[in-house]
Amino acid sequence: MNTEISGIILTYLLTLAIAIPLGRYIARVFKGEKTWLDFMAPVERFIFRFSGIDTKKEMNWKQHMFALLTINALWLFYAFFCLLFQSHLPLNPDGNPNQTPDLAFNTAISFLVNCNLQDYSGESGATYFTQHFVFMFLHFVSAATGIAALIVLFRALKDKVTDKLGNYWEYFVKSITRILLPIAFVIAVILAFNGMPTSYKGKDTLITMQGDTAHISRGPAAALVAIKHLGTNGGGWFGANSAHPLENPNYLTNTVELVAQLIIPMGLVFALGFYLNKKKFAYVIFGVMTIGMLMFMIPTINAELHGNPAIAKMGVSQPTGAMEGKEVRFGPANSAYWSIMTTVTSTGSVNSMHDSAMPVSGLMMMGGMMVNCFYGGCGVGFLNFYIFIIIAVFISGLMVGRTPEFFGRKIEAREMKIASLIALLHPFIILVGTAISSYVLVHMPNADWAVKPSTWLNSPGYHGFSEMLYQYSSSAANNGSGFEGLADNNIFWNVSAGFVMILGRFLPIIGPVAIAGILANKKFIPESAGTLKSDTSTFGIMIFAVILIIAALSFFPSLALGPIAEHFSLK
Amino acid sequence: MKTYLLPSIKITIILLVILAGLYPLAIAGIGKFTPGHGDGETISYKGKVVGYANIGQKFTKDEYFWSRPSAVDYKADASGGSNKGPSNPDYLKDVEKRIQDFLKRNPGVTRAEIPAELVTASGSGLDPDLSPAGAKVQVLRIAKTRNLTVEQVNKIIDDNTEQPLLGLFGPTKVNVLKLNVALDELKK
Repeated sequence: MNTEISGIILTYLLTLAIAIPLGRYIARVFKGEKTWLDFMAPVERFIFRFSGIDTKKEMNWKQHMFALLTINALWLFYAFFCLLFQSHLPLNPDGNPNQTPDLAFNTAISFLVNCNLQDYSGESGATYFTQHFVFMFLHFVSAATGIAALIVLFRALKDKVTDKLGNYWEYFVKSITRILLPIAFVIAVILAFNGMPTSYKGKDTLITMQGDTAHISRGPAAALVAIKHLGTNGGGWFGANSAHPLENPNYLTNTVELVAQLIIPMGLVFALGFYLNKKKFAYVIFGVMTIGMLMFMIPTINAELHGNPAIAKMGVSQPTGAMEGKEVRFGPANSAYWSIMTTVTSTGSVNSMHDSAMPVSGLMMMGGMMVNCFYGGCGVGFLNFYIFIIIAVFISGLMVGRTPEFFGRKIEAREMKIASLIALLHPFIILVGTAISSYVLVHMPNADWAVKPSTWLNSPGYHGFSEMLYQYSSSAANNGSGFEGLADNNIFWNVSAGFVMILGRFLPIIGPVAIAGILANKKFIPESAGTLKSDTSTFGIMIFAVILIIAALSFFPSLALGPIAEHFSLK
Repeated sequence: MKTYLLPSIKITIILLVILAGLYPLAIAGIGKFTPGHGDGETISYKGKVVGYANIGQKFTKDEYFWSRPSAVDYKADASGGSNKGPSNPDYLKDVEKRIQDFLKRNPGVTRAEIPAELVTASGSGLDPDLSPAGAKVQVLRIAKTRNLTVEQVNKIIDDNTEQPLLGLFGPTKVNVLKLNVALDELKK
């Protein structure tokens, strides 16, 4: 077999082999059972004592959300001001300047919400201080926020639970001390031994073999790159992200980074099964997610391996596939695999430039972000999926003429309203954003802004439209990858994408937790012959259909104008 | 509000110390024991550092193996790709121009022998590698410029070819900088 294909199969199997035991471990952590990382307990006790937190105080879902929102608001201000004044802060060996207010606004939100859209380049737009004390810090805590919110939902799904859903701070801190930090540490060490820089030295200057002067940006990247993937964040150290040879030096580091970005989203699905003791239900969900992922993956790999037809016509050979925007050490098959895994989860790191990928690949990447729950982000992946479950249960109930119920609780009008709002919010912010930007581009091409709208796009025609659609899809899905040809570091894009990111983060966290919290307060109805079985393939197909219908109906017209049209015009 | 804000502030402070302070310092400490001592691995020739093993550099002279085209002209403090879409007419013109330049400077090579990687820009603009095919197609030119035999140049490529991970996973590649150091070492 082709070594490029066997490479990605190995990567997937390795991911699965780690995700299943990790899921069991995560369930044990949050059930409060013994684990081999119990030596972290004194650290946790110290954190809680220092912060004046009593973890025995249980919270209801609203208190959980208050805690979550308060600390997130605090981080937003902290991040914004750090970026605004970064040149005056320590650890700036390259002498990089402050971020402009609109850029700092965008960047602070972007890292806060686990999106990591980067309208700056790491080499020149951030300092070692902001990379570590803002970006890497937010990598950890935004991932922990997602996990903690999901654990609230897990707890609410338990039988015979009422409104007492555990302590938010405990979930949050344990997500870091028991899951993210230990695993990130191991990954960072592997990366360091494979040539990723770890020291705090600034740029190096040298004379190359043929006599040019080269300035080489460096910096303590390994620690950040580890959590950037583990936390499905994606905001990289260097401008080229994980395509950069210091941020992803070889095939082994590439495999590690790929495995890291999937084990928690996958592991949390298995954790649900172990936590609720409903393993079959977890397998059904995992099956639906995997089939959805493959639906995006296979056409992408196929398109990239075939190469660009326009380049084939010029008569050169494409022995490995399409190479524009790709690195030789990864090759097109692996770049395709990465581009789909990074878009079905909310990672958004890249090891090839998505803007230069084939139109079919672009279509599939956008599809991944538009669905946003085939594995999905740290914690939030399943929260999004839960919305589709509620809708599927409701529709199934209507089809057989029974009051829909899920895990022993009746789903009624109020829960359905929340679920529908959240399901529609995602297409709404993506499509409205794209519509506004298209309008501005066409009707105000020479508006007197720092960057004129007429120069926003790096490619004309259908592909240009795709660049805008991709940007808002990535923002709303809190993904963070980009069709980077878009000139996005200006006030229009910084601000509009900033709002889309923040809407796409917190409402889809609050909605599912609210539904689960409300359901947990309802009377528990024991399973009977008429109960809809949630752990069957029929139910899986039902969820899959709901996801496809909602995503296809909402997004098909816009996709037809972008990547689909480009595909048929590319000969 | 106070119920949530005060713990939020305190927990943020302590987590900043642990996550942004201690954790990367620990990694930096361990990094001292890695091959490049955490500063990035360099390659020296005649006792002088001529580049980083992992960072591609510009090679355009006839006597050296050329690196792939770079959208950022191999500026290692401003990495990036072209971000041109596959159907972009300007981009396709650039590719055609690169093909013609390549043919002009590599007599004896036909269009069909040029692998796409030599006329397309990499993702980082700093791709340090070529596929063996991308190196072999340059052998004629280098042999002629340096008065070497084709076998000598081919041998350098074979000696520097890096097999897939464990022989099974990922592409086969050659590091351009290492190739060119080997070429210069042959000269003396």
